[in-house]
Amino acid sequence: MTPPPFARFMEEHRAPVYRFLLAAVGPHEADDCFQETFLAALRAYPRVRDSNLRAWVFTIATRKVIDHERARARRPVPIPRLPERSAPESPDGDPELWLAVRSLPPRQRAAVLQRYVLDLPYAEIARALGCSEEAARASAYEGRRKLREALSHDGLPRVMGGAR
Amino acid sequence: MTGELDPIRRVDVERASRRVVERVVERARRERLDDVLVARVDSPVGTLLVAATRRGVVRVAFPEEPEDAVLQELADDLSPRVLADPRGMDPIRRQLEEYFEGRRRRFETRIDWSLGPSGFSRKVLEQTARIPYGTVSTYGEMARRAGSPRAARAAGNALHDNPVPIVVPCHRVVPAGGGVGKYGGSEWRKQWLLRLEGWLQT
Repeated sequence: MTPPPFARFMEEHRAPVYRFLLAAVGPHEADDCFQETFLAALRAYPRVRDSNLRAWVFTIATRKVIDHERARARRPVPIPRLPERSAPESPDGDPELWLAVRSLPPRQRAAVLQRYVLDLPYAEIARALGCSEEAARASAYEGRRKLREALSHDGLPRVMGGAR
Repeated sequence: MTGELDPIRRVDVERASRRVVERVVERARRERLDDVLVARVDSPVGTLLVAATRRGVVRVAFPEEPEDAVLQELADDLSPRVLADPRGMDPIRRQLEEYFEGRRRRFETRIDWSLGPSGFSRKVLEQTARIPYGTVSTYGEMARRAGSPRAARAAGNALHDNPVPIVVPCHRVVPAGGGVGKYGGSEWRKQWLLRLEGWLQT
């Protein structure tokens, strides 16, 4: 069976994939990761035999996020995690949450976003991460716990410093 | 239910994701992954869906055909790498627009016959492509030029199944006995096109 025309496939998944990448790697890198994701999908498309194309495209997108993090880790000069100048990188003008998400380890980050932002079922998240459903559940749970912790911690210095 | 992640759910990604889809299509074209390009072209006879491969224009569909069905047919019969690319289709779109404004008398584009018939029917369509603007021929004459003088009816069927109407001007073939005859894209369009070309008077 032929998959749907690629134009339809891309139209159906562009917004959730973009939202995932925007939160996972930030606005500057989201465009690149998005292009890489859909070009990889397009190259493989005539041979795709997957009946769940959403799980398939999120598997590719998740791999791009992990690759992206590895490449970033290899860079000689590490980019500071929560620098002042990252503030404009937040798509809604409130950098705290976005930076906290991006501070999570990539697999937990992917699990948290796919579960709690995109409402994907754990079976699909497990596929995207290449692990068991149990492990996907654990990643999402652990990631969310860290996220809450980071967000409540970040609150303190802001109150003390009064800066915003 | 998610609480702290709500801002990520709410942020508007519509425009940004549309824009980056265009980048994907541009890169796909550069990497020659653009097996089939499609674009909508507005015209006085309705919005046409035009598809092309690297070999040429492969399909022109009138609005009566559901777009999803046409796209799926292209995916099934040619390649699932079907991309919406208004810009890549600019040359043929411009030619169609000029034609509908009465400023173009012939199309300078190659035709990909992949979705067309073979044998006699194909010959009929190839002969039809040669009928000059503003003139008409008959089903019998087309049959004769395709090598089977008595196959006028079969020539009519071939023209009805023309995958690239307007570009291959099957509207320029009429019955020998008078009238404009049938048209795959509804008779009113055939009349409209023949009037545009000046063969039919208003």
